[in-house]
Amino acid sequence: MADVRILTGNEAAAMGVKLCRPGVVAAYPITPQSQLAEILSRYVEGGEMRAEYVRVEGEHSALTVCISASTVGARTFTATSSNGLLYMHEQLHWAAGSRLPVVMCVVNRGVGAPWSIFNDQQDSLAQRDTGWIQFYCRNNQEIIDTLIQAYRIAESLYIPVMVCYDGFVLSHTMMPVDIPDGDMVRGFLPPYKAHTILSPEAPRTINSVLFPWRRPDPEGVLRDGYMEMRYKLEAAMKKALPAIQEANDDFARIFGRDHGGLIWTYRSEGAELLFSGIGSIANEATVAADLLRDEGIPAGVLGVRVYRPFPRQRVIEATQGARAVMVLQKGTSYGYEGCLTSDFKASLYESTLRVPVVDVVAGLGGRDVKAREIADAGKRAWKELEEGKLKTHSLWLNCYTGEDDAE
Amino acid sequence: MQNNIFKINETEYILPGSRACQGCGLTLAYRYMLKALRENTVLTIPASCLCVLHGLYPITPVTVPCLNTTFASTAASASGIAAGLAAMNKSDITVVAMAGDGSTYDMGIQALSGAAERNTDFIYVCYDNEGYMNTGTQRSSATPMGALTSTTPILTKEHTKKDFVRIMEAHELPYLATTSPSYPIDLYDKFVKAKRIKGTRYMHIYSPCPPGWLFNTKDTIRIGQLAVETGIVVLFEIEDGKFRFTGRSKTLAERGKRQPVVNYVSRQGRFRRMSIEQLNRLQAWVDSRWADYLDRAES
Amino acid sequence: MEQKSLKKDRNVSALCVPAKGEAGRTGDWRDLKPVIDHTKCIPSVKNRPACYLCWLYCPEGVVKMTIPVEIDMDYCKGCGICAEECPPNAIRMVREGESDG
Repeated sequence: MADVRILTGNEAAAMGVKLCRPGVVAAYPITPQSQLAEILSRYVEGGEMRAEYVRVEGEHSALTVCISASTVGARTFTATSSNGLLYMHEQLHWAAGSRLPVVMCVVNRGVGAPWSIFNDQQDSLAQRDTGWIQFYCRNNQEIIDTLIQAYRIAESLYIPVMVCYDGFVLSHTMMPVDIPDGDMVRGFLPPYKAHTILSPEAPRTINSVLFPWRRPDPEGVLRDGYMEMRYKLEAAMKKALPAIQEANDDFARIFGRDHGGLIWTYRSEGAELLFSGIGSIANEATVAADLLRDEGIPAGVLGVRVYRPFPRQRVIEATQGARAVMVLQKGTSYGYEGCLTSDFKASLYESTLRVPVVDVVAGLGGRDVKAREIADAGKRAWKELEEGKLKTHSLWLNCYTGEDDAE
Repeated sequence: MQNNIFKINETEYILPGSRACQGCGLTLAYRYMLKALRENTVLTIPASCLCVLHGLYPITPVTVPCLNTTFASTAASASGIAAGLAAMNKSDITVVAMAGDGSTYDMGIQALSGAAERNTDFIYVCYDNEGYMNTGTQRSSATPMGALTSTTPILTKEHTKKDFVRIMEAHELPYLATTSPSYPIDLYDKFVKAKRIKGTRYMHIYSPCPPGWLFNTKDTIRIGQLAVETGIVVLFEIEDGKFRFTGRSKTLAERGKRQPVVNYVSRQGRFRRMSIEQLNRLQAWVDSRWADYLDRAES
Repeated sequence: MEQKSLKKDRNVSALCVPAKGEAGRTGDWRDLKPVIDHTKCIPSVKNRPACYLCWLYCPEGVVKMTIPVEIDMDYCKGCGICAEECPPNAIRMVREGESDG
């Protein structure tokens, strides 16, 4: 029996956390995450959720608390945005290198300077090298469902997972959300079994310095150097690709909702102009694709649900038949191009596909991105393509750049 | 002393062959701290001399469980251990955060203040060797005025040593204590006591450091004793706000006469460029603080 | 040990196991070594547990509370604290390689 409620993204996330029953929650408020932290504290103080809630004095400490609590065997959760995520950057590397299944919501918000409280994805895109799995949610239903899947994936592979959703656009916008049944969630999530040992019964020192080279120990085991230990994280990331698909498919079977797994597509059959994106902007692109199709332009969307590990193969498969790709992201790697654009192109390079890829930087600092604007950009690109002069770099969508000013 | 020495737990928790320096004050203090706290303890430590003492993968000399963490986060790491153990119903295990002065006074102060304000159930131990010794003896805010360090190599440290115990006192903790490895039984007793108390406990260890302070390794105990004899280091505990001298400082407060600070300073190469003004200022500060402590002990 | 005959490291994170000699045989660090004159050493003289300040003040914990007092020379780093603190001056620091006499 469905339990559908109208919830904001933050409310949906809080509900998801409650269903997953973490032992320790640590969070520091930051717009637009704050309501998530507040709702969780209400759950704990009201007795709806049994967890140790540590009201830390900063984001660096928030993730640190999760790291050490996870080490002793507790399921953990934290959430942040923007500069809060940047503040804990060092600990992102630490959590991944420690191989701990911390799950974190990132409520995407633009980073300072200058200040913005509004949505963009620069905060989490800039963390793509840290060794965390990254999901980008399209809507509030996906937030709650992905959180549940996140714990299963994290705890089976010992990789931390970031569940990202757009600030205000999703976090503060109300949508219908079907709440999964608590017992079914418990069946879907086996209890967390830590691989770390931090116990007086078996004393170990954890995460000391590793040498650059391998060293035999007194028991005849050739112990890893730093590089081997780090390779193990990469090897686990490779295993994450099928594991994420499997978790998605299992969830679809049990709960009846399929979010695609690694990627999702919309009207990609026969799509010659292919949009790609992450998060709610990719959702917006589906409306743009409809508008373009109505005007005779064969448009479609390839939504990247999991940004790390990057779903290379799926991207190659879904791009077959496209004559041009427009990659949409709310962030960029200054001095080069959008992060998703680069990663997309690098995937194609390993195939025989040689499709022009247009880099679109959109929505920075909360700049509204309307389906009509995406569609118009698509229409212009299509015209350029037909004329053989497609401009690929870079379109800062709906942004005054001064390039078009008369001298 | 004869009777007291035999009450000490004989188990050694640091196996021989550690990477610490010859004559290291920290190693000696740590030896007694672990004897007092015993097996049912979990530690967390930042990058530090202590981290090096704990060894490189795959071996550690320490027979008590320990979690490494980043330099800024020791107290937060302890908060997480305490929360995690509570969530797993294992709160009988003593949680200890142990960091140097660099990680306590400077980068780690935020996490410590936060953890203390939440009255996190753990013991925070600062081993104070008055500088960033592990990275090569650079200055910290715990370095005394007038000391040469590798980042105050010519003009000496300009500013006075931060009074960290006073900062921690402002958090209204159930127990704070100062200790020295030169008085191991006093140190041992205080950790035995601290283990039984709930809430945030703050322990300060004044740790003489031969390579950092520039004295012969054989003099570690003597230097630590001179610190107490001159009143630069005062051995005390504050339990629920009540101040009490202990050990040698108690004897000095009751009937001894403190030695002049020059006796301490002149034994260490790091003070060879200390000016007369700095020395006088140090003496004045030590005298004034001693008078304050005498007042507190009275009331 | 030949690399091929060694077992693989199955750890997924850096878990260090307690063992002696983490820094190797730290006795090799010494320039000076402690030599005890048991005719002066108080526990030996009294033939019962007494004094043991060398045991108390040794940072490495390599002094044994035995009669006669023994020092683990594999791991003694030669800091000289025991000699400095010994009340009856029963311990001398002697250059490594020179005779104990």
